[in-house]
Amino acid sequence: MKPCAFEYFSPQSVTEAVALLDRYGDDAKIIAGGQSLVPMMNFRLARPEILIDINGIRELEYIKTEGDELVIGALTRERDVEQSPLVIEKWPLLSKAVSYIGHSTIRNRGTIGGSLVHADPSAEIPTSLCALNGKVKVMGPSGEKELAPEEFFLTYLTTSLEPSDLLVEVRIPALPQKTGWSFRELSRRSGDFAIVAVGILLFTEKTGVCREARISMGGVAPTPVRAERAEALLAGQKISEKLIEQAAQQAAEETETEPDYHASAEYRRDMARVFVKRGLQEAWNMVNGGQ
Amino acid sequence: MTDNRRIMVKVNGVDYERWVEPRRLLVDFLRDDLELIGTHIGCEHGICGSCTVLLNGRAVRSCLMFAVQADGADIMTVEGLADSKQLHPLQAAFREKHGLQCGFCTPGMLMTAYEFLNEHPDPSEAEVRKNMSGVLCRCTGYKQVVDSVMEAARQMRKK
Repeated sequence: MKPCAFEYFSPQSVTEAVALLDRYGDDAKIIAGGQSLVPMMNFRLARPEILIDINGIRELEYIKTEGDELVIGALTRERDVEQSPLVIEKWPLLSKAVSYIGHSTIRNRGTIGGSLVHADPSAEIPTSLCALNGKVKVMGPSGEKELAPEEFFLTYLTTSLEPSDLLVEVRIPALPQKTGWSFRELSRRSGDFAIVAVGILLFTEKTGVCREARISMGGVAPTPVRAERAEALLAGQKISEKLIEQAAQQAAEETETEPDYHASAEYRRDMARVFVKRGLQEAWNMVNGGQ
Repeated sequence: MTDNRRIMVKVNGVDYERWVEPRRLLVDFLRDDLELIGTHIGCEHGICGSCTVLLNGRAVRSCLMFAVQADGADIMTVEGLADSKQLHPLQAAFREKHGLQCGFCTPGMLMTAYEFLNEHPDPSEAEVRKNMSGVLCRCTGYKQVVDSVMEAARQMRKK
């Protein structure tokens, strides 16, 4: 089908975009890469009366560091995040996660901010943001604020953004020197949405002890989730194959899986266990030289 | 009704100026307004890849953007591949290696492969498979598509 008619605005600055959002509120929809929005408009599942195209706001397209934080503009294309030498060197989990998004043609258009505000619980960037303890910077009529993932993601396809808020930036803290990581996902076909996506970070100390573990899971709950009790099992411990098994089992118990036509709830939960286990093994081998 | 917008685009090196309704998809603009029907429209929701074109050098799905968003852009469609005398090496390889049967997906295959080979002149077969997985073909079973892209890469490296 073809989309319904809409009125089109193409602001050239954040201020202008926020003013438009403030004026039109719920009737307006922001379009960035459009890789999720335009299919919904073509199906007429989305019928915005006003479309605010932020692709002209070049000030929102950048990848840089501030202090030791990674700072990415909301309009930065997924392909640029994936291929950024800075991201690959210092935040490789993010580059790897992004490489799983759709296909290269999708990543050429799709943006980091668009993926976050779309808030699909199985999407790679939201799952990474949780693993990396990133934050999103939001601009509204009354100024800016920073939100952590647990404040930002509310449920399926729903964030805490107000109708006149614009996500402008993603901020990710530095990772310590000795960090093991993994990002893996299960999908039926290349480029499909993940049945389960798992991002892992392990911070170690010289003695080979895991100081802190982060386990972020996508596709297994209404938002991406951290397996906090599984992380607690690993923190401060010497890692063994048995402990990894236990943590993976615990992580699976922290899911709230639902069935869909790709997978039953039980299968999703068990695959969460398998992928957390493999991810922990991979991340641990990375910092511990194959044990 | 919404007001039409005036846009200027360059397609395959030719400048066009047209008035479009904001809801006009880029693929419909190319096919219906510019009568460049080499770009095919399949699923209309970004799954099949048939409508892939190059937008400022990057392969994108023209069913997932509006023509107004292409204002000022440099676009290349499948019509831009061959010169008047001979096929582009990619097209020649698809012909030689039977990379198409019905031909519906072919414009998407070619434009996807075009960007890929620009970035990866000497790809492995696995890389070709991964990159071409975003375009659906219901005839070939993909084997010949992969063979064609590998052959095109070989020919293009010679030049």
